[in-house]
Amino acid sequence: MTKTRVLLSLKVLYLSLHLILMVFPLYWIVMTSLKPKKDIFSFPLHYWPQQFTLENYINIFKISKFHVYIGNSLLVSVLSAVIVIAISILSAYVMARFTFRGHKQIMMAFFSTQMLPGFVSLAPLYLLLAELDLINTRFSLLILYTVGLIPFSTIMLRGFFQRIPSSLEEAAMIDGCSRLGSLYRVILPVMLPGIASTFIFAFVQNWNELFAAVMFIDSESMKTLPVAMNSFIMKFDVDWGAMSAGTVLSVIPTVILFAFAQRYIVEGLTQGAEKG
Amino acid sequence: MTKQRTFILFSLLPALLLLAVFTFYPFFRGVVMAFQNYVLFDLTNVRFIGFQNFENAFNDPKFLYALRNSAIWVVSSLTLQFLIGLSLALVLRRGFRGRGVYQGFVFYSWALSGFLIGLIWKWMFNSQMGVVNDLLMRAGLIEQRIGFLSDPNWAMVSVIVANVWYGIAFFAIMLLAALQSVPAELYEAAGMDGAGAIRKFFSVTLPYIVPTIIATTLLRAIWIFNDPSLIYGLTNGGPAGSTHILSSLMMEKILSGGDYGSASAIGVIMLAMLMLYTVFYLFVTKSEKVGDF
Repeated sequence: MTKTRVLLSLKVLYLSLHLILMVFPLYWIVMTSLKPKKDIFSFPLHYWPQQFTLENYINIFKISKFHVYIGNSLLVSVLSAVIVIAISILSAYVMARFTFRGHKQIMMAFFSTQMLPGFVSLAPLYLLLAELDLINTRFSLLILYTVGLIPFSTIMLRGFFQRIPSSLEEAAMIDGCSRLGSLYRVILPVMLPGIASTFIFAFVQNWNELFAAVMFIDSESMKTLPVAMNSFIMKFDVDWGAMSAGTVLSVIPTVILFAFAQRYIVEGLTQGAEKG
Repeated sequence: MTKQRTFILFSLLPALLLLAVFTFYPFFRGVVMAFQNYVLFDLTNVRFIGFQNFENAFNDPKFLYALRNSAIWVVSSLTLQFLIGLSLALVLRRGFRGRGVYQGFVFYSWALSGFLIGLIWKWMFNSQMGVVNDLLMRAGLIEQRIGFLSDPNWAMVSVIVANVWYGIAFFAIMLLAALQSVPAELYEAAGMDGAGAIRKFFSVTLPYIVPTIIATTLLRAIWIFNDPSLIYGLTNGGPAGSTHILSSLMMEKILSGGDYGSASAIGVIMLAMLMLYTVFYLFVTKSEKVGDF
């Protein structure tokens, strides 16, 4: 074999190994979720279920309001991601295009939020939300998720803006567009990959958030998916059938979204990284 | 000019206002709590106690253990995630048919939560029905089942394995993006100068992606240090506190003890460590532009 062929086989081997390592946990949780209870706890382990059943899936809808949790998670995650994008586009645009007094300090403020250990703020946030009478509402999560993601989204979008030459909107403005108008009509279409990857990032973060939701939500009808999964552990001392079915249902949206969007994200990040 | 200033002001206003009210204000109030006796079940007895919470922390073996664990957790997870992620990104750099699909399968972990990953691995590491034990036994590597999560020596290794698995995708994605942005001319020029593959890597690729490496390792270290969700899902700090890191210990103080004072003190100590780390890191790497990716 020639040197390049050896290299190629090594590459293929390495890639296959990764594929197995990364896919196996998900495969295993899906298989567990499809096994009848007696097979989950019996020897020897079967890597392909002898009998497929949806009983675990039916079960989690019976023992809990799983459809309600899914609805809550969707509502909060999508709505917050939309608001985050709307707010961050403006702040990112300004931070990318202008320098002004306090510019550096504001950038520092955005960065510093990424360092704050979340639990320090949780108790005071609880007090604050209680004063605003927002405890146990989806609105409280909407606010917190939105605020939590504004800094990172601003930083990310700013990177994308810096990739786009400002002559683009200047030309539009000479043609009579207002600044907002040119931002909306000329810049945003060019920015779509960046906006899409920021949106997906925000959605995934919200979809997955657990601790704030655990602290601020306790009524069944307001729970999000992670909170429901968390109470599964407490209540049923880990019923692995229900747990794996719940896990599969909660990862499906993000995994699908990500599978379609990952190329986009790498492209988006490349653009962001390339800025001159 | 004034028109421009108005535009700047109003564009930044929503972001800054929200941050001020819901991020910075609660955070400073939390810092104040670190100097108070502030326990949920004893709210009539809230009072300032100086550095007592900090003293208690440093006299608590559980805290010191978590401090040690945090160091092991961050350094080993970060190093392994980075090295594996980089190697994967390098192999993936030259496209091949089906790469998009391949990446979809390999990178999906990025989209899962630490908590759920913890649960998945908790099931896989199960000492009785766990698939990891089963595979190792079938392969003849072990003769007896290992209590991955019940044996304090194995528990820390197990949470780190799960965390490394979790973080590979993030590094691979970020580094792949950076690698793809290296201009092809640079390689052509290096090739004409007679540089081989290894030489090209060290004198073209590496310098070009260094800013991304610095940004990703810095952000990721902070993230790994601050996020207790994987440990919460996998071991909840157990057995007997052997897998607690500082953030999960802080979480436990709040969720099970309602002791906001001690929890905040741990938070303040963590923040001080992060600030030292960040300043040191930026100084050593001579980079103030972190985050510009």
